[in-house]
Amino acid sequence: MKIGVLALQGSFAEHLVALKKLTVDTAEVRLPEHLDGLDGLIIPGGESTTMGKLAVAYNLLDAMKTFGQRRPIWGTCAGAILLSKDVSRDQPLLGLMDIKVRRNAFGRQVDSFEIDLDIPELKQATGAQEDYHAVFIRAPIIESVGEGVKILASLPDGRIVAARQGRLLATSFHPELTNDTRFHEYFLTLVD
Amino acid sequence: MDAKKSTWTEKKGLAQMLKGGVIMDVVNVEHAKIAEDAGACAVMALERVPADIRADGGVARMSDPDMILKIMDAVTIPVMAKCRIGHFVEAQILEAVGVDYIDESEVLTPADEANHILKHNFNVPFVCGCRNLGEALRRVGEGAAMIRTKGEAGTGDVVEAVRHARTVLGDIRKLTAMADEELMRYSKEIGAPYELVKETKELGRMPVVNFAAGGVATPADAALMMQLGVDGVFVGSGIFKSGDPAKRASAIVKAVTHYQDASILAEVSKNLGEAMVGRNVSQMPEAEKMAGRGW
Repeated sequence: MKIGVLALQGSFAEHLVALKKLTVDTAEVRLPEHLDGLDGLIIPGGESTTMGKLAVAYNLLDAMKTFGQRRPIWGTCAGAILLSKDVSRDQPLLGLMDIKVRRNAFGRQVDSFEIDLDIPELKQATGAQEDYHAVFIRAPIIESVGEGVKILASLPDGRIVAARQGRLLATSFHPELTNDTRFHEYFLTLVD
Repeated sequence: MDAKKSTWTEKKGLAQMLKGGVIMDVVNVEHAKIAEDAGACAVMALERVPADIRADGGVARMSDPDMILKIMDAVTIPVMAKCRIGHFVEAQILEAVGVDYIDESEVLTPADEANHILKHNFNVPFVCGCRNLGEALRRVGEGAAMIRTKGEAGTGDVVEAVRHARTVLGDIRKLTAMADEELMRYSKEIGAPYELVKETKELGRMPVVNFAAGGVATPADAALMMQLGVDGVFVGSGIFKSGDPAKRASAIVKAVTHYQDASILAEVSKNLGEAMVGRNVSQMPEAEKMAGRGW
């Protein structure tokens, strides 16, 4: 199994470390040909506008759209924004997941936070019963989801922060910033 | 399930999200939008770019909060702003304004010639400049959650950025080869907290994100800094003091992502128009250098 991490900008090195801990083969993806032979793709945290522009400039946006129709993609924070269909502003998106996302939904950096989340599907998939410690940084929320999208996690006030549509996964938070690899293990279960 | 804010993970984490990106100095809303459109991962809001601070002389201070707020309203990417070294009230004001990161910067005139700000006292994260590992770890010890090598701002001459990056990264390479019992002596020698020296050795890298700054003017300069081993690049005067800022900004963003791909670097380096005029640092009087500010 070989998993690619989009390496245009952001926290791609952290995702690569987590994947290597799980002894998975990895590749950095900067150009369309780097998707060849991959079984899955992670789009890391970072700035979605930066990644979008760099993806468009080198024809990677369309290549990722095609890739996501057959293979699993997981987006964390900026990656979740890129996977979505609608962010209420004009910027390059993959539009693969039927979710509406609001960027910077919690305010500025001083409003960023960490919190423990109860994520039943994650517990079921990994067999570990502890809550999941989630790190949110200038995070987006998933405002609404379409049919066929399963909500995986919400904040205590009900706002959606993780969802799955088939083999496409979106999280508002950053599993790559913690030592807990359960979310990466969960993503690998979506890969053939 | 109580949420925790402004933790060390949160402060360091935003810098981790900026990695592989370009942070651009902007002096107004128009510049900020050009920077965002070019793919900047953050902007530094300030009234004058370093080249103009040099040209104007006098005391350089924190920018007007009103201009910072206008830039915050105009872009969706993180907005940073500079305060003077040791001027913790300017920092309090910038925190109240709501900037995402504060740069306690040698580019402004220092307010304290002995002490930096105790940055752990703030909820907002800080970035600070350094010329070597000791200086970097002193700043991290005070609470800086991100480091940048200083270079020599406002010159367009990359030589000092290279010197400082080579020094910091070389210091780390030496440290990783040391025996554990040598770390206390080394901490004493470089004037850095022992625990952070130990952590740096264990990680084999700076314990926080480390960008390059000060003198980057071309896509090749930016890729040079990336190949030397920094996590990303600040570009100050280099963009908006050049002939075609939008094109140059976009080219530098591409160069930082594709820093190992010489054919892409060649492509983005074409037809960029005039680079900033620049000043040769080796011919500059010591008193005009900013990098020596910081203790």
